[in-house]
Amino acid sequence: MVEVPEHLRKRAEEARAKAEASKAAAAGETPASDEPEMTEEQAATTPDAGDAASKIPAHLLERSRAAKAAASGQADEPAAVASAAAVAAAAAPAATGPGGHTQRLLTVVKSGSIQDVKSMPQDKVHVWPHLLVVEFAAALFITAFSTVFSIFVNAPLLELANFNETPNPSKAPWYFLGLQELLTMFHPMVAGVTIPGIGIFLLILAPYIDKNPSNKPEDRKFAISLMTIHLMFWAVLVMIGSFFRGPGFNFVFPWEAGLFFEL
Amino acid sequence: MAIDTDDDIKPPLKERLSAQMSNLGKDIQGSQAWSSIFRPGSIFRKGYTDSPRNRSYVIMNSVLYHLHPVKVKRHAVKVSYTLCLGGLTFFLFILLTITGIFLMFFYRPTAAAAWDDIYTLQASVTFGLLVRNMHRWTAHLMVLTVFLHMARVFYHGAYKPPREFNWVIGVILLTLTLLLSFTGYLLPWDQLALWAVTVGTNMMGYTPVFGDQVRFVLLGGFDIGTDTLLRWYVLHVLMLPFVAVIFMAIHFWRVRKDGGISGPL
Repeated sequence: MVEVPEHLRKRAEEARAKAEASKAAAAGETPASDEPEMTEEQAATTPDAGDAASKIPAHLLERSRAAKAAASGQADEPAAVASAAAVAAAAAPAATGPGGHTQRLLTVVKSGSIQDVKSMPQDKVHVWPHLLVVEFAAALFITAFSTVFSIFVNAPLLELANFNETPNPSKAPWYFLGLQELLTMFHPMVAGVTIPGIGIFLLILAPYIDKNPSNKPEDRKFAISLMTIHLMFWAVLVMIGSFFRGPGFNFVFPWEAGLFFEL
Repeated sequence: MAIDTDDDIKPPLKERLSAQMSNLGKDIQGSQAWSSIFRPGSIFRKGYTDSPRNRSYVIMNSVLYHLHPVKVKRHAVKVSYTLCLGGLTFFLFILLTITGIFLMFFYRPTAAAAWDDIYTLQASVTFGLLVRNMHRWTAHLMVLTVFLHMARVFYHGAYKPPREFNWVIGVILLTLTLLLSFTGYLLPWDQLALWAVTVGTNMMGYTPVFGDQVRFVLLGGFDIGTDTLLRWYVLHVLMLPFVAVIFMAIHFWRVRKDGGISGPL
């Protein structure tokens, strides 16, 4: 037995109640239909009883009768078959179902068989307190860390800018030192513009190049290796540029020549 | 003369006092005045009780609703999944805004005044040195967290549909962060600033076809000077943050519209 969904069952009950109410009203108005109610079996066995029991409101019956008469009156000899069919079709609604229903539930189509249910139930938690507490703790931690760090370590402030005195070595901010490192190997246009430009462009295009739909590490070995190689490559370049480049941007070891690095 | 009975004999004063003292804390905390001041959730007029309904209202009835939904997937609140990197980046941006506004009160972006202003700020403004330190270190930290956030998102495959476009916005935000940091680098107008920026802008001058024009627009002239300082100051304190905030708004909005945080793996 198919389970009838709650809302459909409710709707059917309401419709039934409404039909009964209107039937009662009709019974009150028309004394002709003031007979005792027939059982469903009787109604089924005697098709004509539909008129007598007046399950259908009187004005609707009249309208259908008028329509029938009009159809048969207009019908000419060649269209006799068609008119007969029309009469049959018009007569059909006069019969009522069990319990006097003029409509009934034919079938219940479970959701999911024709509708694609997109949102599956998910295990969720309230943002307050579960997420906000974590965020608050993280914010507190980073504030405390940066405050304490700033108390003990001062930001560099060298002497006033002087165009006539070029420090040796001159270094870019640390995140650009990878590029400056590339400058020692390539033409400035390649190192300063082409390579970082292509890098940013490829980064933007990553989701459009990588068409592998899985986000599981075991399915993405190539993408992960490629990214790791590039990140490592970049980190190594930055570190060489930061710590292993001395006067004249020549390669030095920081434990021999000292640090040439300011943040 | 009344006859003393056993019932009327009071314990010694010392004992009574110690009993009173031990009850004092309980009496105070049970008093009406105490509970009306320190009742839990007193910042809410009707008080706060922990119920699913109130947990929802905390988000729904506050401006936080612009940032967070009422509920998130359970794995999304695990610190080991996100390492808080995106949120920390945003929080560092807020910290940088606050400290930056403080610094703006004491700074004039001209070649003649800039270095002196920073020096005076450090030497004679209360908390001046501390706030400048914080601004500097959190700026470096933010570059780091943005990088790590990008790596985290990549390794989780979180840029895959439907989140492709949010990744694009993220790369734009990464670039904006680098530009924000780099424009701020010039402002102290010391030897470090001048020559770091010289190296950087010389590189941009090698842009093919219109390299000279790019350099001219960036420097506000043919050489680094007071015009460059003004230009980079406006970029640093107004234009780039403005653009970054817009992209951040889109970024956060897309996180929610694309179904919240990615995963679980």
